[in-house]
Amino acid sequence: MSEQEYVPKSKAGKWFNDRLPLLSLGAHLADYPTPKNLNYWWTFGGILTFCLITQIVTGIVLAMHYVAHADLAFESVEKIMRDVNYGWLIRYIHSNGASMFFLAVYIHIFRSLFFGSFKSPRELIWIIGMLIYILMMAAAFMGYVLPWGQMSFWGATVITNLFSAIPLVGESVVTWLWGGYSVDNPTLTRFFSLHYLIPFLILGLVVLHIWALHIPGNNNPVGIDIKKPSKDTVPFHPYITIKDIFALLMFMIVFAGFVFFSPNVLGHADNYIPANPLVTPAHIVPEWYLLPFYAILRSVPDKLGGVILMFGALFVLVILPWLDTNKVRSAVFRPMYRQFFWIFVVDVLALGYLGAMPADGIYLFLARVATIYYFLHFIVVLPALGFFEKTDPLPASISEPVLTGGFSTVPARSDKIINEKK
Amino acid sequence: MKKNKIIKLLATILIATFFCEKAYTASKDLLKIDWSFAGITGKFERDSLQRGYQVYKEVCASCHSMQYLSYRNLGQKGGPEFTLEEVKAIAASFEVEDGPNSDGDMFTRPARPSDHFVNPYPNVNASIASNGGAYPPDMSVLVKARPGGANYIYSVLMGYEEKPAEFDLDAGVYYNKYMDGNKIKMPSPLSDELIEYTDGTSATQAQMAKDVTAFLTWAAEPHLEARHRTGTKVIIYLILLATLVYFSMKRIWSRVDAEK
Repeated sequence: MSEQEYVPKSKAGKWFNDRLPLLSLGAHLADYPTPKNLNYWWTFGGILTFCLITQIVTGIVLAMHYVAHADLAFESVEKIMRDVNYGWLIRYIHSNGASMFFLAVYIHIFRSLFFGSFKSPRELIWIIGMLIYILMMAAAFMGYVLPWGQMSFWGATVITNLFSAIPLVGESVVTWLWGGYSVDNPTLTRFFSLHYLIPFLILGLVVLHIWALHIPGNNNPVGIDIKKPSKDTVPFHPYITIKDIFALLMFMIVFAGFVFFSPNVLGHADNYIPANPLVTPAHIVPEWYLLPFYAILRSVPDKLGGVILMFGALFVLVILPWLDTNKVRSAVFRPMYRQFFWIFVVDVLALGYLGAMPADGIYLFLARVATIYYFLHFIVVLPALGFFEKTDPLPASISEPVLTGGFSTVPARSDKIINEKK
Repeated sequence: MKKNKIIKLLATILIATFFCEKAYTASKDLLKIDWSFAGITGKFERDSLQRGYQVYKEVCASCHSMQYLSYRNLGQKGGPEFTLEEVKAIAASFEVEDGPNSDGDMFTRPARPSDHFVNPYPNVNASIASNGGAYPPDMSVLVKARPGGANYIYSVLMGYEEKPAEFDLDAGVYYNKYMDGNKIKMPSPLSDELIEYTDGTSATQAQMAKDVTAFLTWAAEPHLEARHRTGTKVIIYLILLATLVYFSMKRIWSRVDAEK
């Protein structure tokens, strides 16, 4: 980074900074040159940090009152809701917070897909991000098990049973995961332990994610490399901080709407029925944010095949930087990719919807079509576009977006994205 | 242009939320009541909750437990708000087992406000055995445990009908319009003038169903009123703060925008 060396003004500050350059780090973060044309889709990084901190803080308080025992968990959650001061608020923030976290992370991921933020030289940021996403799903799944309601119990049963598809050792692996011969108290206690651990792993990865980001710097809606610092950049503070805070407040209004006025709408009513190993719910459905993967899993008639495809759906995401071979990052300058991007968005939303529907008849057929398209998008469409797509001319810099009048070829809609800062 | 986008985004989220809510509540064609506790400023009606408790105590409680509630809850703010004297009297009308005492013996005593609601059966198996093999579910969070919530409970209470001629029913099973498969093992629990309300309200079936559903909703969500109140304040605060931040942001960014 081409920043000047930071020197603290006070003597004490200098003494401290010579030994541990935390002040330099702070200065780096404040001055960090950021493209000035970032739109609101770029505010979700900050929003996600807020979500993580919120989950950790509320989670720590909940853990003070929660009892991880198959006979007591449900009751302890009810105690939190009824007798702990503001327990209802803390729990509703935590349970809805998980949904908000995923809402934000999906927007963050699709932003990266649209503007090509995952491409060279930002592959590692992307891969670390995917690891965070996978850990988030693990944490959310285990968290959903903790209240020990019907959906907790049966969700845990279905998901852990997936591992029985592994050839030869499958059954043993499942027994090992359960700590017994069915989902029971040992399963609950280990899930609680891991549910407490994972957020801190995520926090560590977030640090790496941001560190890796600060090497090349932010991508931007135009997707071109920019000089840093230059006329194209602004210091992170106050320009980006104030914008992030504004976007965060908007996000918090939606968040508060859920927490205070429909706190249970994103959950499943069955989870207010205590777990009962002898009664299977009519439909076992995971939380909404896992539904696309659930649809992929169920669309394969073979258990092992379904599991492989489900993990494959994640794997193609991880290796995405090498599947999308087009050097142009932003979809603004990729007329064909732009169409396929939106088709892909619709495909994922369709998978989500189908994951919530019963797996038979027309739903199953559509889920299969959507699953096949999901993989086609990554394995066929993206590599092919690298060869065939004729991209629009790129501007030389953010400040001078017009290069040889090339902008007239860009459709009006994407024009807005580029010019919105003006 | 920026403002437009934010408005569009918020509109999208609101519409999506609306549809989620719709999909959630409109799962069945339930009877719908204009509940006083619905909506962002919704509150319970004290009289209705008190009557609802009477229905619970005199009708439901003979089979259904409410194990997560204590008698003290009946006096807490945002609930039926019985006076402390009334709560003590209600509690004292129940017997609970306590002990062991200094001799090592268990003994029974009148319940105190701090005691949990007394279970009608010693255990779940006993409740199943006494009810023709069907478990009368605990009512503490029943409203939250059924899609459709309060409307569902109300609908089931009002949904008993003569069975259609071709419909097969075993002995001890009843026809209900709103149950899954239209079969329910609970006989219609409410009928006109089944109980006599202490406040003189006419005890029609619909009135009792409404009151007891309101009571069960409170029982499942005892802090609903505080939640609505706090929520309104929080959102007003966030909107005010966001407005201030918005203008600060405009001001700060005007430096960059002016460069062009």
